[in-house]
Amino acid sequence: MKPAKFIIAILILMISLLTIHHFIGGLSIADEKETVIQVTAKKFEYSPKEIRLKKGVPVVMEFTSLDRLHGFNCPSFKIRSDIFPGKKNLLRFTPDKAGSFPFHCDNFCGSGHEGMTGTIIVEK
Amino acid sequence: MKIDRREFLKLAGIGGVVVLSPGGLLNRDNAAASEANDFFFVQLSDTHWGFTGPAINPDATGTLKKAVEAVNSLKRQPDFIMFTGDLTHTTDDDAERRKRLSEFREIVSRLTVKNVRLMPGEHDAGLDEGKAFKEFFGDTHYTFEHKGVHFIVVDNVSDPTSSIGDVQLAWLGGELKKLRKSERIVVFTHRPLFDLYPDWDWHTRDGAKAIDLLMPYENVIVFYGHIHQEHHYETGHIYQHAAKGLMYPLPGPGSVPKKAPVPWDPEAPYRGLGFRGINAEVKKAKYDIAEFSVKGERL
Repeated sequence: MKPAKFIIAILILMISLLTIHHFIGGLSIADEKETVIQVTAKKFEYSPKEIRLKKGVPVVMEFTSLDRLHGFNCPSFKIRSDIFPGKKNLLRFTPDKAGSFPFHCDNFCGSGHEGMTGTIIVEK
Repeated sequence: MKIDRREFLKLAGIGGVVVLSPGGLLNRDNAAASEANDFFFVQLSDTHWGFTGPAINPDATGTLKKAVEAVNSLKRQPDFIMFTGDLTHTTDDDAERRKRLSEFREIVSRLTVKNVRLMPGEHDAGLDEGKAFKEFFGDTHYTFEHKGVHFIVVDNVSDPTSSIGDVQLAWLGGELKKLRKSERIVVFTHRPLFDLYPDWDWHTRDGAKAIDLLMPYENVIVFYGHIHQEHHYETGHIYQHAAKGLMYPLPGPGSVPKKAPVPWDPEAPYRGLGFRGINAEVKKAKYDIAEFSVKGERL
């Protein structure tokens, strides 16, 4: 085999190995990768109001307020975050149980504050 | 309108008064609270002036006025009257908030006793950090003394995160340092200083820090509102007592899936509403006796 052909063969082999590694490894990384959920808050509602997650899959909740200070509190997972207007407010957690879990605004935000609620639904 | 005793008791919801004493709380009949140097004060809470909802309280514009008349008709008039927050019902309209505060002020000006102390609830102060309240009534946290008892008003509502905040906690610590550990201290707050039911915002996020500051003091008691029902809790030796509201009752902590006012019962109007009288026993005179010999030696 001529040197040029040998080099090309080596390159093809390396590219193939890298592709296989990336494909297999990529699947593995994707499984563990955090799911990003964007949630907006405004008087007196969340969007989405129903958040669907998978048990054991890490999640990053990315909160944005469209008007004033709100809060997010899900007692079942003992997680909370302030939601300040004008910035992204991040909250990381991994749901460790399946079911339906209510959350609510825990920073007083006005006349509809008591009704500012939503639900996290965790599937197995 | 004249309120007879039966109606008063129904509105007031009290058959006796709470007695402050170094050993804790006792219940006894109002008429029996007659020690010469004792004093008596009244706590009203959660009047929510401006609330509308006929199914919840068809007498929304009359209940506070009836309570004022009921206090004025007490045989033993209080030394002072304390309102522990949510004087008005919340509104997103700043002008309407001021209108409600103004109307509230006019109504309570009809109290015979003029020594009236006020503090905000989150409905009064949570949306503007207490700005409107301060315009009408002054500071949202302060101290005062009465007949040897130290009263401390702690604001846990102007910060919308249900917190007292480090600045006010430092102030509280400074005020407490002025007092001996045995002093009689009464704390007024709107929210409880313990985690009664955080899911319903029935807590103060940094309330434990305030309790830590108060804990070294031997005679501390906390009176608060917010939960629209009577509730008694002991944090170590510190009792925390919630008062009924004067607009609508709320269900017991966690007793229903969703917190909502208890609807009006036409068969029992004003049920669950009321106010509280507190009789404070002033410490008896104490004489330390020392015996000496004729040579002046202490025996």
